[in-house]
Amino acid sequence: MNIGLEAFLGLSAVLFALGLYGALSKRSAVMVLMSLELMAVAVGLNLVAFSRFVTPEAMTGQAFAIFAMVVSAAEIGLALAIVIAIYRHARSVELSALERLKG
Amino acid sequence: MGESVNTLAFLVMALAAIGGAVGMLTSRNIMYAAFWLLWTMLSVGGLYLLLSAEFLALIQVMVYAGAVSVLMLFVIMLTLRRREDAVRSLDFSPSAALLAAVFLGIMYYGISNATFPEVALLAEAPNTADLGVVLFTMEGGWLLPFEISALVLLAAMVAAVWWTKGQDRR
Repeated sequence: MNIGLEAFLGLSAVLFALGLYGALSKRSAVMVLMSLELMAVAVGLNLVAFSRFVTPEAMTGQAFAIFAMVVSAAEIGLALAIVIAIYRHARSVELSALERLKG
Repeated sequence: MGESVNTLAFLVMALAAIGGAVGMLTSRNIMYAAFWLLWTMLSVGGLYLLLSAEFLALIQVMVYAGAVSVLMLFVIMLTLRRREDAVRSLDFSPSAALLAAVFLGIMYYGISNATFPEVALLAEAPNTADLGVVLFTMEGGWLLPFEISALVLLAAMVAAVWWTKGQDRR
């Protein structure tokens, strides 16, 4: 069996689908954020696999993976700060406690 | 560097990553879910090593497995009033599962029909020093995006501190 680019793309698609399911189905804000991180990790794996198999010399994929990591680190820091702020306000991190946001 | 990566190592780490993700989604205790996510992050770091991206593997372990997981665990512990609150229902949702399955089917169709450019692999894999040249020199072309990403992190840090400090403590 030859492990090439397709195997890595398939693995990251599976991880992304699992993260997508979690982000859509979980009712705790922290669980949703954890699923989002899973999706970000799947994207990073995709980029690094492309870097290894398509642009090994220029390392474009690795540079992109670093920037994707920066963005997802900033995102998770901000999102968890918002979760803390919501908890102060509503004394709960359940998404059902935020139904007022529907307007 | 061979034509492809080690099959056994790939299978072990891929199964570990998927198992960690499934464990995260199926554990009732939210603390266990956070530790399963940490396990998945470590497995993906191993896959980066397999792809000869050793710098990214270290960053993955430091940022995701280190910083992000600790942040997650602290937020979970800060937002639980009682120990029993950590145990939750599984929140199974058929429509979300259907959507994820449709996504997976589309991805499978796309990957199996795509043709990727055949690139001759290098005799020696680019190492961390080459990545540094790409990121930090004008010739590499990524210097300006790198500085902008530093600004993004600074802005995110300031905003996170601002939001968590609370109103009454000035």
